Amino acid sequence: MRVTVCVKRVPSTAVRIRIAADGRSIDESGVEFVLNPYDEFAIEEALRIAERSSGEVTVVSHGPDAVTRELRNCLAMGAHQAVHLPAEPGFRDALSTAKVLAAAIPATKPDLLLFGRQAVDGDHAQVGLMVATLLGWPAAQDVVKVEVGADRVKAWREVEGAVETHELPLPCVLAANKGLNEPRLPNMKGIMAARKKTIASQAAAPAAATLALESLELPPERGGGRIVGEGAAAVPALVKLLREEAHAL
Amino acid sequence: MSTILAVAEQADGTLRKVAGEVASEAARLGKASGLTVVGVTIGPGAAAAAARLGEFGVGRAVAIEGGEVADYSGEAYAAALAGVLRAQEARLVLMGATSFARDQLGRLGALLDSSPAADCIAVSMKDGSVRVRRPVYAGKAIQTLTLRGSPAIVSLRPNVFAAARIDGGRTDVETVAPPPPPERRGRRIERVAAGGGRVELTEAEIVVSGGRGLKNPETFKRLIEPLAAAFGAAVGASRAVVDAGWRPHSEQVGQTGKTVAPTLYVACGISGAIQHLAGMRTARTIVAINKDRDAPIFKVADYGIVGDVEEVLPALTAALKELGAGS
Repeated sequence: MRVTVCVKRVPSTAVRIRIAADGRSIDESGVEFVLNPYDEFAIEEALRIAERSSGEVTVVSHGPDAVTRELRNCLAMGAHQAVHLPAEPGFRDALSTAKVLAAAIPATKPDLLLFGRQAVDGDHAQVGLMVATLLGWPAAQDVVKVEVGADRVKAWREVEGAVETHELPLPCVLAANKGLNEPRLPNMKGIMAARKKTIASQAAAPAAATLALESLELPPERGGGRIVGEGAAAVPALVKLLREEAHAL
Repeated sequence: MSTILAVAEQADGTLRKVAGEVASEAARLGKASGLTVVGVTIGPGAAAAAARLGEFGVGRAVAIEGGEVADYSGEAYAAALAGVLRAQEARLVLMGATSFARDQLGRLGALLDSSPAADCIAVSMKDGSVRVRRPVYAGKAIQTLTLRGSPAIVSLRPNVFAAARIDGGRTDVETVAPPPPPERRGRRIERVAAGGGRVELTEAEIVVSGGRGLKNPETFKRLIEPLAAAFGAAVGASRAVVDAGWRPHSEQVGQTGKTVAPTLYVACGISGAIQHLAGMRTARTIVAINKDRDAPIFKVADYGIVGDVEEVLPALTAALKELGAGS
Protein backbone atom coordinates (compact mmCIF):
# COMPACT_ATOMS: atom_id res chain seq x y z
CA MET A 1 0.00 0.00 0.00
CA ARG A 2 1.24 3.48 -0.87
CA VAL A 3 0.79 6.05 1.85
CA THR A 4 1.43 9.78 1.47
CA VAL A 5 1.79 12.01 4.52
CA CYS A 6 1.61 15.80 4.51
CA VAL A 7 3.73 17.52 7.15
CA LYS A 8 4.50 21.01 8.42
CA ARG A 9 7.39 22.68 10.22
CA VAL A 10 6.23 24.57 13.32
CA PRO A 11 7.73 26.23 16.41
CA SER A 12 8.24 23.77 19.28
CA THR A 13 5.42 23.79 21.85
CA ALA A 14 8.01 24.59 24.53
CA VAL A 15 8.75 27.93 22.88
CA ARG A 16 7.67 31.28 24.29
CA ILE A 17 6.24 33.33 21.42
CA ARG A 18 7.50 36.87 20.77
CA ILE A 19 6.03 39.16 18.14
CA ALA A 20 8.35 40.48 15.41
CA ALA A 21 8.73 44.19 14.69
CA ASP A 22 6.31 43.98 11.75
CA GLY A 23 3.44 43.22 14.16
CA ARG A 24 2.30 40.39 11.89
CA SER A 25 4.69 37.50 12.49
CA ILE A 26 6.64 35.86 15.27
CA ASP A 27 10.23 36.73 16.07
CA GLU A 28 12.00 33.55 14.96
CA SER A 29 15.37 34.31 16.56
CA GLY A 30 16.23 31.56 19.02
CA VAL A 31 12.99 29.70 18.23
CA GLU A 32 13.37 25.94 17.84
CA PHE A 33 11.38 24.55 14.92
CA VAL A 34 10.17 20.94 14.84
CA LEU A 35 8.00 18.59 12.84
CA ASN A 36 4.38 19.35 13.83
CA PRO A 37 3.69 16.96 16.76
CA TYR A 38 0.45 15.59 15.26
CA ASP A 39 2.27 14.89 11.98
CA GLU A 40 4.59 12.52 13.87
CA PHE A 41 1.59 10.29 14.61
CA ALA A 42 0.64 10.38 10.92
CA ILE A 43 4.16 9.41 9.82
CA GLU A 44 4.37 6.61 12.35
CA GLU A 45 1.02 5.17 11.24
CA ALA A 46 2.05 5.43 7.59
CA LEU A 47 5.29 3.57 8.29
CA ARG A 48 3.47 0.79 10.16
CA ILE A 49 0.91 0.39 7.37
CA ALA A 50 3.64 0.36 4.72
CA GLU A 51 5.74 -2.13 6.70
CA ARG A 52 2.81 -4.55 6.95
CA SER A 53 1.97 -4.29 3.25
CA SER A 54 5.46 -3.93 1.72
CA GLY A 55 4.35 -0.48 0.72
CA GLU A 56 5.98 2.91 0.41
CA VAL A 57 5.66 6.15 2.30
CA THR A 58 6.02 9.56 0.66
CA VAL A 59 6.16 12.74 2.73
CA VAL A 60 5.09 16.06 1.25
CA SER A 61 5.42 19.55 2.65
CA HIS A 62 4.45 22.97 1.35
CA GLY A 63 6.66 25.42 3.17
CA PRO A 64 9.84 27.47 3.26
CA ASP A 65 13.17 25.85 2.30
CA ALA A 66 14.00 25.20 5.95
CA VAL A 67 11.36 22.43 6.02
CA THR A 68 13.82 20.15 4.18
CA ARG A 69 15.31 19.52 7.65
CA GLU A 70 11.98 18.09 8.89
CA LEU A 71 11.52 16.16 5.63
CA ARG A 72 15.00 14.65 6.10
CA ASN A 73 13.93 13.66 9.61
CA CYS A 74 10.87 11.86 8.18
CA LEU A 75 13.17 10.01 5.76
CA ALA A 76 15.33 9.01 8.73
CA MET A 77 12.25 7.62 10.47
CA GLY A 78 11.79 5.39 7.42
CA ALA A 79 9.83 7.29 4.78
CA HIS A 80 10.91 6.30 1.29
CA GLN A 81 10.72 9.62 -0.52
CA ALA A 82 10.03 13.26 0.16
CA VAL A 83 8.58 16.06 -1.94
CA HIS A 84 9.11 19.72 -1.10
CA LEU A 85 6.68 22.24 -2.55
CA PRO A 86 8.46 25.53 -1.86
CA ALA A 87 6.49 28.43 -0.42
CA GLU A 88 7.49 32.01 0.18
CA PRO A 89 7.87 32.73 3.90
CA GLY A 90 4.91 34.47 5.49
CA PHE A 91 1.20 34.00 6.01
CA ARG A 92 -0.71 31.39 3.98
CA ASP A 93 -4.31 30.43 4.61
CA ALA A 94 -5.44 26.83 4.91
CA LEU A 95 -7.26 26.72 1.57
CA SER A 96 -4.36 28.06 -0.50
CA THR A 97 -2.07 25.48 1.14
CA ALA A 98 -4.64 22.75 0.47
CA LYS A 99 -4.87 23.71 -3.19
CA VAL A 100 -1.10 23.44 -3.65
CA LEU A 101 -1.06 20.04 -1.88
CA ALA A 102 -4.10 18.72 -3.76
CA ALA A 103 -2.42 19.58 -7.08
CA ALA A 104 0.76 17.70 -6.17
CA ILE A 105 -0.55 14.68 -4.27
CA PRO A 106 -2.02 12.58 -7.13
CA ALA A 107 1.51 12.25 -8.58
CA THR A 108 2.54 10.38 -5.40
CA LYS A 109 -0.20 7.82 -6.21
CA PRO A 110 -1.42 7.24 -2.67
CA ASP A 111 -3.90 4.60 -1.58
CA LEU A 112 -4.12 6.45 1.71
CA LEU A 113 -3.33 10.07 2.57
CA LEU A 114 -2.49 11.06 6.15
CA PHE A 115 -2.25 14.39 7.95
CA GLY A 116 -1.86 15.50 11.55
CA ARG A 117 -5.19 16.72 12.94
CA GLN A 118 -3.92 20.29 13.10
CA ALA A 119 -0.70 22.25 12.92
CA VAL A 120 0.11 23.66 16.34
CA ASP A 121 0.93 27.10 14.94
CA GLY A 122 -2.15 28.16 12.95
CA ASP A 123 -4.49 25.78 14.84
CA HIS A 124 -7.14 25.75 12.09
CA ALA A 125 -7.36 21.93 11.76
CA GLN A 126 -8.61 22.20 8.17
CA VAL A 127 -5.98 21.38 5.54
CA GLY A 128 -6.46 17.59 5.54
CA LEU A 129 -10.21 17.82 5.08
CA MET A 130 -9.80 20.49 2.42
CA VAL A 131 -7.38 18.37 0.39
CA ALA A 132 -9.78 15.41 0.68
CA THR A 133 -12.69 17.55 -0.50
CA LEU A 134 -10.69 19.03 -3.39
CA LEU A 135 -9.71 15.49 -4.48
CA GLY A 136 -13.25 14.16 -3.97
CA TRP A 137 -12.04 11.67 -1.35
CA PRO A 138 -13.74 10.83 1.95
CA ALA A 139 -11.98 11.85 5.16
CA ALA A 140 -12.01 11.44 8.92
CA GLN A 141 -10.66 13.96 11.43
CA ASP A 142 -9.21 13.28 14.92
CA VAL A 143 -8.32 9.63 14.28
CA VAL A 144 -6.99 7.58 17.22
CA LYS A 145 -7.04 4.07 15.68
CA VAL A 146 -6.92 2.68 12.14
CA GLU A 147 -7.61 -0.71 10.60
CA VAL A 148 -6.69 -0.96 6.93
CA GLY A 149 -8.55 -3.42 4.69
CA ALA A 150 -8.16 -4.21 1.00
CA ASP A 151 -10.48 -1.51 -0.31
CA ARG A 152 -11.59 0.35 2.83
CA VAL A 153 -10.41 1.51 6.24
CA LYS A 154 -12.01 1.65 9.64
CA ALA A 155 -11.09 4.78 11.54
CA TRP A 156 -11.85 5.50 15.18
CA ARG A 157 -12.45 9.21 15.86
CA GLU A 158 -12.12 10.83 19.25
CA VAL A 159 -14.97 13.34 19.57
CA GLU A 160 -16.41 15.12 22.59
CA GLY A 161 -17.59 12.52 25.07
CA ALA A 162 -17.40 9.58 22.65
CA VAL A 163 -15.35 7.51 20.26
CA GLU A 164 -16.89 6.95 16.84
CA THR A 165 -16.01 4.25 14.33
CA HIS A 166 -16.16 5.32 10.69
CA GLU A 167 -15.80 3.22 7.57
CA LEU A 168 -14.26 4.88 4.52
CA PRO A 169 -13.55 3.56 1.02
CA LEU A 170 -9.95 3.91 -0.23
CA PRO A 171 -8.38 6.18 -1.24
CA CYS A 172 -9.22 8.44 1.67
CA VAL A 173 -7.75 11.01 4.03
CA LEU A 174 -7.21 10.44 7.75
CA ALA A 175 -6.09 13.17 10.17
CA ALA A 176 -4.16 11.75 13.11
CA ASN A 177 -4.83 12.64 16.72
CA LYS A 178 -2.57 12.03 19.70
CA GLY A 179 -3.09 8.49 20.99
CA LEU A 180 -2.96 6.90 17.52
CA ASN A 181 0.47 5.41 18.23
CA GLU A 182 3.86 6.07 19.82
CA PRO A 183 6.06 7.70 17.14
CA ARG A 184 9.50 6.15 16.72
CA LEU A 185 12.74 8.06 16.94
CA PRO A 186 15.06 7.80 13.94
CA ASN A 187 17.91 5.33 14.57
CA MET A 188 21.47 5.66 13.29
CA LYS A 189 20.79 3.33 10.34
CA GLY A 190 17.79 5.42 9.36
CA ILE A 191 19.73 8.66 9.67
CA MET A 192 22.53 7.29 7.47
CA ALA A 193 20.03 5.97 4.91
CA ALA A 194 18.21 9.31 4.84
CA ARG A 195 21.38 11.08 3.74
CA LYS A 196 21.33 9.10 0.51
CA LYS A 197 17.67 9.78 -0.23
CA THR A 198 16.78 12.80 -2.34
CA ILE A 199 14.15 15.37 -1.56
CA ALA A 200 12.36 16.25 -4.78
CA SER A 201 11.66 19.96 -5.05
CA GLN A 202 8.70 20.81 -7.28
CA ALA A 203 7.80 24.39 -8.05
CA ALA A 204 4.25 25.00 -6.91
CA ALA A 205 2.00 27.67 -8.36
CA PRO A 206 0.75 29.63 -5.32
CA ALA A 207 -3.02 29.76 -4.84
CA ALA A 208 -4.79 32.99 -3.94
CA ALA A 209 -5.64 33.41 -0.26
CA THR A 210 -9.09 34.42 0.99
CA LEU A 211 -7.87 35.21 4.51
CA ALA A 212 -5.78 38.30 5.13
CA LEU A 213 -3.62 38.59 8.22
CA GLU A 214 -4.03 42.04 9.76
CA SER A 215 -1.99 41.73 12.94
CA LEU A 216 -0.52 39.40 15.53
CA GLU A 217 -0.25 40.31 19.18
CA LEU A 218 0.44 38.73 22.53
CA PRO A 219 -2.58 38.00 24.73
CA PRO A 220 -3.08 40.36 27.67
CA GLU A 221 -0.97 39.45 30.67
CA ARG A 222 -2.93 37.95 33.55
CA GLY A 223 -2.71 39.72 36.89
CA GLY A 224 -2.46 36.69 39.14
CA GLY A 225 0.14 35.86 41.66
CA ARG A 226 -1.95 36.13 44.82
CA ILE A 227 -1.23 33.41 47.39
CA VAL A 228 -4.26 32.91 49.65
CA GLY A 229 -2.39 30.82 52.20
CA GLU A 230 -0.71 27.53 52.94
CA GLY A 231 -2.11 24.03 53.29
CA ALA A 232 -5.66 22.96 54.18
CA ALA A 233 -5.96 25.93 56.54
CA ALA A 234 -6.25 28.21 53.49
CA VAL A 235 -9.27 26.37 52.07
CA PRO A 236 -12.01 28.41 53.85
CA ALA A 237 -10.41 31.68 52.68
CA LEU A 238 -10.22 30.33 49.10
CA VAL A 239 -13.87 29.26 49.10
CA LYS A 240 -14.92 32.66 50.46
CA LEU A 241 -12.95 34.48 47.72
CA LEU A 242 -14.39 32.22 45.00
CA ARG A 243 -17.91 32.97 46.22
CA GLU A 244 -17.74 36.62 47.16
CA GLU A 245 -14.97 38.13 45.03
CA ALA A 246 -14.75 35.95 41.89
CA HIS A 247 -18.44 34.95 41.92
CA ALA A 248 -17.26 31.64 40.51
CA LEU A 249 -19.35 29.42 42.79
CA MET B 1 -30.57 38.63 -0.21
CA SER B 2 -27.49 37.86 1.77
CA THR B 3 -27.81 36.38 5.23
CA ILE B 4 -25.92 35.41 8.35
CA LEU B 5 -26.21 31.68 9.00
CA ALA B 6 -25.95 30.19 12.48
CA VAL B 7 -25.20 26.47 12.25
CA ALA B 8 -26.60 25.23 15.56
CA GLU B 9 -25.25 21.89 16.69
CA GLN B 10 -27.84 19.52 18.11
CA ALA B 11 -28.30 15.89 19.07
CA ASP B 12 -31.70 14.21 18.83
CA GLY B 13 -33.60 17.48 19.06
CA THR B 14 -31.58 19.07 21.86
CA LEU B 15 -29.38 22.08 21.09
CA ARG B 16 -25.85 21.93 22.42
CA LYS B 17 -24.88 24.66 24.84
CA VAL B 18 -22.53 26.25 22.28
CA ALA B 19 -25.45 26.45 19.80
CA GLY B 20 -27.08 29.08 22.03
CA GLU B 21 -23.85 31.06 22.01
CA VAL B 22 -23.60 30.81 18.21
CA ALA B 23 -27.26 31.81 17.69
CA SER B 24 -26.95 34.77 20.07
CA GLU B 25 -23.80 36.05 18.40
CA ALA B 26 -25.44 35.67 14.96
CA ALA B 27 -28.47 37.61 16.22
CA ARG B 28 -26.20 40.34 17.56
CA LEU B 29 -24.29 40.62 14.25
CA GLY B 30 -27.58 40.55 12.36
CA LYS B 31 -28.85 43.49 14.34
CA ALA B 32 -25.61 45.40 13.86
CA SER B 33 -25.36 44.72 10.11
CA GLY B 34 -29.02 44.67 9.11
CA LEU B 35 -28.60 41.20 7.56
CA THR B 36 -31.22 38.51 8.10
CA VAL B 37 -30.17 35.73 10.44
CA VAL B 38 -31.10 32.14 9.59
CA GLY B 39 -30.42 29.17 11.85
CA VAL B 40 -29.37 25.82 10.37
CA THR B 41 -29.67 22.45 12.07
CA ILE B 42 -28.89 19.04 10.62
CA GLY B 43 -29.47 15.38 11.43
CA PRO B 44 -32.10 13.45 13.38
CA GLY B 45 -34.05 15.89 15.58
CA ALA B 46 -33.00 18.92 13.50
CA ALA B 47 -36.50 20.42 13.21
CA ALA B 48 -37.24 20.10 16.93
CA ALA B 49 -33.91 21.70 17.81
CA ALA B 50 -34.36 24.48 15.23
CA ALA B 51 -37.66 25.45 16.86
CA ARG B 52 -35.71 26.44 19.99
CA LEU B 53 -33.46 28.95 18.19
CA GLY B 54 -36.03 31.71 18.69
CA GLU B 55 -35.08 31.65 22.35
CA PHE B 56 -31.75 33.10 21.26
CA GLY B 57 -33.17 35.69 18.87
CA VAL B 58 -33.02 33.66 15.64
CA GLY B 59 -36.48 33.86 14.12
CA ARG B 60 -35.94 31.75 10.99
CA ALA B 61 -34.31 28.37 10.59
CA VAL B 62 -33.72 25.64 8.06
CA ALA B 63 -33.66 22.07 9.40
CA ILE B 64 -32.01 19.38 7.26
CA GLU B 65 -33.43 15.99 8.15
CA GLY B 66 -33.89 12.51 6.76
CA GLY B 67 -32.26 10.62 3.91
CA GLU B 68 -28.50 10.78 3.85
CA VAL B 69 -28.16 12.72 7.09
CA ALA B 70 -30.05 10.13 9.18
CA ASP B 71 -26.64 9.13 10.51
CA TYR B 72 -23.39 11.02 10.42
CA SER B 73 -21.23 11.05 7.31
CA GLY B 74 -18.75 13.92 7.08
CA GLU B 75 -19.13 14.10 3.30
CA ALA B 76 -22.95 13.88 3.24
CA TYR B 77 -23.30 16.48 6.02
CA ALA B 78 -20.89 18.87 4.33
CA ALA B 79 -22.72 18.55 0.99
CA ALA B 80 -26.06 19.22 2.70
CA LEU B 81 -24.76 22.20 4.70
CA ALA B 82 -23.02 23.70 1.66
CA GLY B 83 -26.29 23.39 -0.27
CA VAL B 84 -28.19 25.40 2.35
CA LEU B 85 -25.41 27.99 2.66
CA ARG B 86 -25.55 28.55 -1.11
CA ALA B 87 -29.37 28.62 -1.24
CA GLN B 88 -29.51 31.16 1.60
CA GLU B 89 -26.82 33.31 -0.04
CA ALA B 90 -24.86 33.32 3.20
CA ARG B 91 -22.45 36.21 3.65
CA LEU B 92 -21.29 34.93 7.04
CA VAL B 93 -21.57 31.46 8.57
CA LEU B 94 -21.06 30.87 12.28
CA MET B 95 -20.73 27.56 14.07
CA GLY B 96 -19.36 26.36 17.42
CA ALA B 97 -15.72 25.27 17.50
CA THR B 98 -16.43 21.64 18.42
CA SER B 99 -15.48 18.18 17.12
CA PHE B 100 -18.38 18.53 14.68
CA ALA B 101 -17.05 21.83 13.35
CA ARG B 102 -13.53 20.40 13.15
CA ASP B 103 -14.90 17.64 10.89
CA GLN B 104 -16.90 20.12 8.76
CA LEU B 105 -15.04 23.44 8.56
CA GLY B 106 -12.33 22.34 6.12
CA ARG B 107 -14.82 20.54 3.89
CA LEU B 108 -17.12 23.60 3.76
CA GLY B 109 -14.15 25.86 3.05
CA ALA B 110 -13.14 23.70 0.07
CA LEU B 111 -16.72 23.32 -1.23
CA LEU B 112 -17.43 27.06 -0.99
CA ASP B 113 -13.91 28.23 -1.94
CA SER B 114 -13.47 30.31 1.20
CA SER B 115 -10.84 29.59 3.85
CA PRO B 116 -12.59 29.44 7.25
CA ALA B 117 -11.35 30.97 10.49
CA ALA B 118 -11.47 28.42 13.31
CA ASP B 119 -11.95 28.88 17.04
CA CYS B 120 -12.53 32.64 17.02
CA ILE B 121 -12.93 34.74 20.17
CA ALA B 122 -14.31 37.90 18.50
CA VAL B 123 -16.20 38.62 15.26
CA SER B 124 -17.15 41.94 13.74
CA MET B 125 -18.70 43.10 10.48
CA LYS B 126 -17.98 46.52 9.11
CA ASP B 127 -19.09 47.71 5.67
CA GLY B 128 -19.68 44.09 4.74
CA SER B 129 -16.17 43.02 5.68
CA VAL B 130 -15.80 40.28 8.30
CA ARG B 131 -12.98 40.48 10.82
CA VAL B 132 -12.12 37.98 13.54
CA ARG B 133 -9.69 37.60 16.38
CA ARG B 134 -8.45 34.12 17.14
CA PRO B 135 -5.78 32.48 19.27
CA VAL B 136 -2.84 30.87 17.47
CA TYR B 137 0.01 28.80 18.92
CA ALA B 138 -2.69 27.47 21.29
CA GLY B 139 -3.27 30.95 22.70
CA LYS B 140 0.32 32.15 23.03
CA ALA B 141 -0.63 34.84 20.49
CA ILE B 142 -3.81 36.34 19.06
CA GLN B 143 -4.20 37.06 15.35
CA THR B 144 -6.63 39.40 13.63
CA LEU B 145 -7.85 38.21 10.22
CA THR B 146 -10.05 39.68 7.51
CA LEU B 147 -12.13 37.07 5.67
CA ARG B 148 -12.35 38.00 2.00
CA GLY B 149 -14.18 34.88 0.88
CA SER B 150 -17.94 34.74 0.62
CA PRO B 151 -19.41 33.30 2.68
CA ALA B 152 -16.99 34.06 5.48
CA ILE B 153 -16.93 30.83 7.52
CA VAL B 154 -16.17 31.19 11.21
CA SER B 155 -16.20 28.84 14.20
CA LEU B 156 -16.62 30.34 17.67
CA ARG B 157 -14.77 29.07 20.72
CA PRO B 158 -17.24 27.66 23.29
CA ASN B 159 -17.71 29.59 26.55
CA VAL B 160 -16.47 32.88 25.05
CA PHE B 161 -19.66 34.36 23.55
CA ALA B 162 -22.64 35.00 25.81
CA ALA B 163 -25.87 33.14 25.11
CA ALA B 164 -28.65 35.76 25.35
CA ARG B 165 -32.08 34.27 25.97
CA ILE B 166 -35.15 36.12 24.78
CA ASP B 167 -38.53 35.57 26.38
CA GLY B 168 -41.16 34.24 23.99
CA GLY B 169 -38.79 34.11 20.99
CA ARG B 170 -40.32 32.07 18.17
CA THR B 171 -38.78 30.39 15.13
CA ASP B 172 -40.23 29.68 11.69
CA VAL B 173 -38.71 26.35 10.75
CA GLU B 174 -38.45 25.11 7.18
CA THR B 175 -37.54 21.43 6.99
CA VAL B 176 -35.60 20.35 3.90
CA ALA B 177 -34.31 17.00 2.68
CA PRO B 178 -30.57 16.70 2.07
CA PRO B 179 -29.26 16.65 -1.52
CA PRO B 180 -27.87 13.40 -2.95
CA PRO B 181 -24.54 12.81 -1.15
CA PRO B 182 -21.17 12.52 -2.87
CA GLU B 183 -20.66 9.04 -4.27
CA ARG B 184 -17.42 8.49 -2.38
CA ARG B 185 -18.18 8.98 1.29
CA GLY B 186 -17.44 7.60 4.71
CA ARG B 187 -20.10 6.66 7.20
CA ARG B 188 -20.27 6.31 10.94
CA ILE B 189 -20.92 2.72 11.93
CA GLU B 190 -20.63 2.98 15.72
CA ARG B 191 -20.55 5.54 18.50
CA VAL B 192 -19.46 4.61 22.03
CA ALA B 193 -20.05 7.24 24.70
CA ALA B 194 -17.17 7.67 27.13
CA GLY B 195 -18.58 7.29 30.64
CA GLY B 196 -22.02 8.54 31.65
CA GLY B 197 -22.87 12.08 32.69
CA ARG B 198 -19.38 13.53 32.38
CA VAL B 199 -19.16 17.24 31.69
CA GLU B 200 -17.49 17.97 28.33
CA LEU B 201 -14.14 19.67 28.88
CA THR B 202 -14.34 22.45 26.30
CA GLU B 203 -17.87 23.49 27.25
CA ALA B 204 -17.52 23.08 31.03
CA GLU B 205 -18.11 26.09 33.31
CA ILE B 206 -15.55 24.69 35.74
CA VAL B 207 -12.50 22.53 35.03
CA VAL B 208 -10.45 20.74 37.70
CA SER B 209 -7.10 19.60 36.31
CA GLY B 210 -4.38 17.48 37.80
CA GLY B 211 -0.70 17.14 37.03
CA ARG B 212 2.37 15.24 38.05
CA GLY B 213 1.99 16.53 41.61
CA LEU B 214 -0.72 13.87 42.06
CA LYS B 215 2.16 11.36 42.05
CA ASN B 216 0.35 8.38 40.45
CA PRO B 217 -2.88 7.48 38.61
CA GLU B 218 -4.55 6.14 41.76
CA THR B 219 -3.99 9.36 43.70
CA PHE B 220 -5.20 11.36 40.69
CA LYS B 221 -8.43 9.37 40.62
CA ARG B 222 -8.86 9.46 44.41
CA LEU B 223 -8.28 13.22 44.81
CA ILE B 224 -9.24 14.88 41.50
CA GLU B 225 -12.43 13.04 40.56
CA PRO B 226 -14.28 13.74 43.87
CA LEU B 227 -13.14 17.38 43.76
CA ALA B 228 -14.40 17.72 40.18
CA ALA B 229 -17.70 16.11 41.21
CA ALA B 230 -18.03 18.54 44.15
CA PHE B 231 -17.48 21.49 41.78
CA GLY B 232 -19.74 19.97 39.11
CA ALA B 233 -16.64 20.28 36.93
CA ALA B 234 -15.01 18.47 34.03
CA VAL B 235 -11.71 16.70 34.68
CA GLY B 236 -8.61 17.94 32.89
CA ALA B 237 -5.02 16.74 32.91
CA SER B 238 -1.55 18.04 32.12
CA ARG B 239 0.46 16.66 29.22
CA ALA B 240 2.88 14.97 31.63
CA VAL B 241 0.21 12.73 33.14
CA VAL B 242 -1.39 11.97 29.75
CA ASP B 243 2.00 11.02 28.31
CA ALA B 244 2.59 8.84 31.39
CA GLY B 245 -0.64 7.01 30.59
CA TRP B 246 -2.48 8.04 33.79
CA ARG B 247 -5.29 9.78 31.95
CA PRO B 248 -6.75 9.67 28.40
CA HIS B 249 -5.69 12.25 25.82
CA SER B 250 -9.29 13.50 25.67
CA GLU B 251 -8.63 15.14 29.07
CA GLN B 252 -5.39 16.87 28.11
CA VAL B 253 -5.38 20.66 28.45
CA GLY B 254 -2.66 22.52 26.57
CA GLN B 255 -1.05 22.95 23.19
CA THR B 256 -1.31 19.33 22.02
CA GLY B 257 -4.60 18.86 23.85
CA LYS B 258 -7.63 21.05 24.36
CA THR B 259 -7.86 24.77 24.89
CA VAL B 260 -10.43 25.66 27.52
CA ALA B 261 -12.05 28.93 28.58
CA PRO B 262 -14.10 28.04 31.66
CA THR B 263 -15.39 30.42 34.34
CA LEU B 264 -13.14 28.68 36.84
CA TYR B 265 -9.99 26.59 36.27
CA VAL B 266 -8.52 24.74 39.23
CA ALA B 267 -4.95 23.51 38.61
CA CYS B 268 -3.83 20.88 41.12
CA GLY B 269 -0.24 19.71 41.24
CA ILE B 270 0.44 21.36 37.88
CA SER B 271 3.66 23.36 37.64
CA GLY B 272 2.53 25.41 34.61
CA ALA B 273 4.60 24.56 31.53
CA ILE B 274 4.27 27.11 28.71
CA GLN B 275 2.24 24.70 26.56
CA HIS B 276 -0.20 24.08 29.45
CA LEU B 277 -0.64 27.77 30.28
CA ALA B 278 -1.45 28.37 26.61
CA GLY B 279 -4.41 26.01 26.89
CA MET B 280 -6.08 27.55 29.96
CA ARG B 281 -4.96 31.15 30.29
CA THR B 282 -8.29 32.58 29.09
CA ALA B 283 -10.19 31.04 32.01
CA ARG B 284 -11.98 33.83 33.89
CA THR B 285 -10.64 32.77 37.29
CA ILE B 286 -7.66 30.49 37.88
CA VAL B 287 -6.92 28.68 41.13
CA ALA B 288 -3.60 26.91 41.65
CA ILE B 289 -2.75 24.39 44.34
CA ASN B 290 0.89 23.35 44.34
CA LYS B 291 3.52 22.58 46.94
CA ASP B 292 6.21 24.54 45.10
CA ARG B 293 5.78 28.23 45.85
CA ASP B 294 7.93 29.11 42.82
CA ALA B 295 5.85 27.09 40.31
CA PRO B 296 5.05 29.21 37.21
CA ILE B 297 1.33 28.36 37.57
CA PHE B 298 1.12 30.81 40.51
CA LYS B 299 2.08 33.69 38.19
CA VAL B 300 -1.16 33.29 36.22
CA ALA B 301 -3.38 32.12 39.09
CA ASP B 302 -5.82 34.58 40.66
CA TYR B 303 -5.77 32.56 43.88
CA GLY B 304 -3.07 30.17 45.00
CA ILE B 305 -2.66 27.77 47.87
CA VAL B 306 0.84 26.53 48.61
CA GLY B 307 0.47 23.04 49.95
CA ASP B 308 0.35 19.31 49.44
CA VAL B 309 -2.49 18.12 47.21
CA GLU B 310 -3.00 15.16 49.59
CA GLU B 311 -3.93 17.61 52.30
CA VAL B 312 -5.55 20.51 50.44
CA LEU B 313 -7.76 18.70 47.89
CA PRO B 314 -9.79 16.58 50.37
CA ALA B 315 -10.29 19.70 52.52
CA LEU B 316 -11.52 21.66 49.49
CA THR B 317 -13.80 18.79 48.43
CA ALA B 318 -15.29 18.64 51.93
CA ALA B 319 -15.77 22.43 52.05
CA LEU B 320 -17.59 22.41 48.70
CA LYS B 321 -19.84 19.53 49.77
CA GLU B 322 -20.72 21.43 52.92
CA LEU B 323 -21.50 24.49 50.81
CA GLY B 324 -23.73 22.39 48.55
CA ALA B 325 -25.52 20.88 51.54
CA GLY B 326 -26.05 24.31 53.10
CA SER B 327 -27.42 26.09 50.02
